[in-house]
Amino acid sequence: MTGPAPFDITFDGEPIACRDGWTIGAALTAADVRSWRTTRHGQRPRGLFCGIGICFDCLVSVNGQPSVRACLAPARPGDDVRTQLGTGQ
Amino acid sequence: MTRHDSRTRLAISPDLVVIGAGIVGAACAYYATQAGLSVAVVDRGPIAGGTTGAGEGNILVSDKELGPELDLALLSNQQWRALADLPLDGTTFGRAVELETKGGLVVATGQAPLEVMQRLTGKQQALGVEALAVPAHELHEHEPHLADDLAGGYLYPQDMQVQPMLATAHLLRLARRGGATVLPHQPVTGYLRDGDRVVGVRTPQGDISSGAVLNAAGTWAGELAALAAVRVPVAPRRGFILVTEPLPPIIRHKVYLTDYIGDVASDSAALQTSAVVEGTRAGTVLIGASRERVGFDHTFSPAALGALAHGAVRLFPSLAGVSAIRAYHGFRPYCPDHLPVIGPDPRAPGLYHACGHEGAGIGLSMGTGLLIAQALTGGPPDIDLHPFRPDRFTEASA
Amino acid sequence: MNTPKVDVAVVGAGPAGLAAALAAADSGAMVALIDAGIRPGGQYWRSPAPGAGRFTPDTLHHSWRRFVDTNKRLDDLAGQQKVQRLAEHHVWSVERIDDGWAIHCLVGPEPRQQAGRPPVTIQARRLILATGAYDRQLPFPGWDLPGVMTAGGAQALLKGHLVVAGKTAVVAGTGPFLLPVAVGLARHGARVRGVIEANAPFGFARSPRVLLGALNKVGEASAYAAQLARHRVAVRHRHVVTRAEGTDRLTGVVVARLGRDGRPEAHTQRYVECDLLAVGWGFTPQLDLHLQIGCATRVDVDSSLVVTVDDSQQTTVDGVWAAGESTGIGGADLASVEGEIAGRSAAASLGVTPASARLSRLLRRRAALRRFAGVMHRVYPVPPAALDNLPDGTLVCRCEEVTAGAIRHTIGDLGASDPRTVKLLARPGMGWCQGRVCGFATVCLTARHLRRSPTVEDLRAFAQRPIATPIPLGQLAMPSTEGNAGGDGG
Repeated sequence: MTGPAPFDITFDGEPIACRDGWTIGAALTAADVRSWRTTRHGQRPRGLFCGIGICFDCLVSVNGQPSVRACLAPARPGDDVRTQLGTGQ
Repeated sequence: MTRHDSRTRLAISPDLVVIGAGIVGAACAYYATQAGLSVAVVDRGPIAGGTTGAGEGNILVSDKELGPELDLALLSNQQWRALADLPLDGTTFGRAVELETKGGLVVATGQAPLEVMQRLTGKQQALGVEALAVPAHELHEHEPHLADDLAGGYLYPQDMQVQPMLATAHLLRLARRGGATVLPHQPVTGYLRDGDRVVGVRTPQGDISSGAVLNAAGTWAGELAALAAVRVPVAPRRGFILVTEPLPPIIRHKVYLTDYIGDVASDSAALQTSAVVEGTRAGTVLIGASRERVGFDHTFSPAALGALAHGAVRLFPSLAGVSAIRAYHGFRPYCPDHLPVIGPDPRAPGLYHACGHEGAGIGLSMGTGLLIAQALTGGPPDIDLHPFRPDRFTEASA
Repeated sequence: MNTPKVDVAVVGAGPAGLAAALAAADSGAMVALIDAGIRPGGQYWRSPAPGAGRFTPDTLHHSWRRFVDTNKRLDDLAGQQKVQRLAEHHVWSVERIDDGWAIHCLVGPEPRQQAGRPPVTIQARRLILATGAYDRQLPFPGWDLPGVMTAGGAQALLKGHLVVAGKTAVVAGTGPFLLPVAVGLARHGARVRGVIEANAPFGFARSPRVLLGALNKVGEASAYAAQLARHRVAVRHRHVVTRAEGTDRLTGVVVARLGRDGRPEAHTQRYVECDLLAVGWGFTPQLDLHLQIGCATRVDVDSSLVVTVDDSQQTTVDGVWAAGESTGIGGADLASVEGEIAGRSAAASLGVTPASARLSRLLRRRAALRRFAGVMHRVYPVPPAALDNLPDGTLVCRCEEVTAGAIRHTIGDLGASDPRTVKLLARPGMGWCQGRVCGFATVCLTARHLRRSPTVEDLRAFAQRPIATPIPLGQLAMPSTEGNAGGDGG
């Protein structure tokens, strides 16, 4: 492999291995995490769906900021990623 | 459906044809059926497709000019409250239409506007409006997220909010249960006349003869009046609304700045914005209000949206980090004297009007419907219709 | 200090936008190329960051070389200050100004993470919209389970990150795009248990002339077929996924054959275990910006709302061109040709002369590729009965969690007589994605219920988005900064 060394982010406190250039959605998917949000009404789990910023299903809390699209947000070393419940607010 | 010659008679021959399936037409149809009349509602588009579908759902007494408009607002307020508890398919009308008796909170940015408010509330209270002074240090008890540099405000417990499209749909549904027929996508192209009398409407699908015709065409009511050769000067006054991402219920009341009242009453054609912020049952926060008279111009204005956002963040600083996900616009049916047009038209007997409610049509619809039903059945009106008479503009210009 | 407007702004740096920017700049126009992505290429030429792992583009990208070449030439022009490359610019609004267009953008890979950053406005005399498309979806029971993804989403993870979205995959829906998705997943180690294709591509034989006009496309398809065979992936024609199963994530799907009436035959149902379902029913053009400024639209052969353009790719709004999927879904090759035509025409309208005289060749190629696209749309339609048996409890709008039953209630009980009224009464399309995902399905469900075909107005009701990307109120309230001041994000 080339490029910078892998790094970690955390998801609900657990370390998740990342590569440079990955989005948070890619990192979670590579770590076999499939959902990181629950819906407002049915409390149903959601994760990546469209993968390109269109559907907003993959909203997640990153470093305290809710409703970040995991499919767009680049993973940065030490990012504190947390499951978003409902509106996340 | 096949296209008929315009002289075809449709199989219905109701007591009343209502033109317009917005909230005002729906309320009139509902009260008319309650009064025992047979009713047909026609609209050139779908139900709730005009200004009704572009509003916030305000049922306010706090912002009304003292006089006939306030009288109508208070009558309407009672009617909304009376209907709220009506059982409907396992729930109530109020719950089905998301009626919320949340109250309004009017806040002032400084001492001078607060004093103006104080004088106004004194007069409002004398006329039956409940208004409670809220000193600056108590504002957060009512609205925890309000900016902390406000001078104080007034709480109006009678102010309410409703989901206007659902309200329209359910009023029409109740009217249908009372025997009414609702015919969307049927534009009225003219009237059936018997001498001066209006005795029905023409549509591309056929003629409908009726005992009376009600013009409840909202912002387009002037055109419908013109088809009967009478003048009702309703003009569009554009407004934008910003809608946020869904939030928990952090905003409890309809909250607005004192300058909103001045903007509502103003005659200016230029863009005016004043901060009006409220939550909805769906979780979104609605942010208004802009006013400008630019005809039926559908162009979106980033500057107007920016001004709305600025006002909202002024009132609720924590909204700065909340995203707007949608915006919409509508055209308020504006009359030069800011009063709606309600009642029979002496220039065209058989033709009634219920239009020109500007930005208050949702709230004023119920009182309007009741008054129209009373006028149609010859009952004594709950409030004097004279200030709302359709021919008042002709007098003024004569 | 006082930055001039650019001549031409191009929104979108996929195949159409890159070609448009290059053609306009080659003609001598000053160009701003605006794109939301971190790297250029759009969905089609999406590529991973250098650190993501070993990347061999030929395995995933047809015509990669064309991309590398175009991109290099644009970089050279950027070096000569003739092109501004503005990556990570999400356009939220386009506004007409005195002498052209103001393009209002939020900046950042995910602007939500940079709420303190003022918006940026780019001013241009001419505007070319090359905004592309995204996967079109039809709801079915269980489609909201994690592990069910759009085909394009699974593909984007592969192309952009070299991440495979599951170990055992089913690829389903309709259209030729399913094949490269299945091949990509298989090559990257997923066990692909089948391509479930609702249609049967026998219609090709009826249009031999179109086939001749697009031989390379057919060659592409047979190459995919060979690769699928190598990975032992079966393509099941006239089959659909009727249900996704699992509690908190996908564990399998139910597949059934379509009968003569276009509905799944119950006795053919079988369960296929998988942890990834990649599904797509063609594409929906991204028209937010076109509709903001009033471009006329039409319903295309594939039932998508698309923008009306003339021979030079100009829309019905003076000074605005459109190229690529927004004018009709047709693939990357057609998008590139349309982009080149649009770029030349936009530059020519400013009085600069296009570089070479290949226009007639471009027009012929566009005609051939459009004919081919039309055949593909007829061969791979959305089956008319696709949503007829959708159970009342199935979600249609994922954001607002609106079910098929709630939509039917607004029509049957509340008097809704068109999709817009359904939206106002039941809230499908009112949530985070603003109807991008459920719009087409809600329109189809409603129109079918009303026994008529979807109209332009029906589709526009779910495509009008005055705010094209969520904008924090704090940023909306800020004065925006002039974006032409030499900032180079890409």
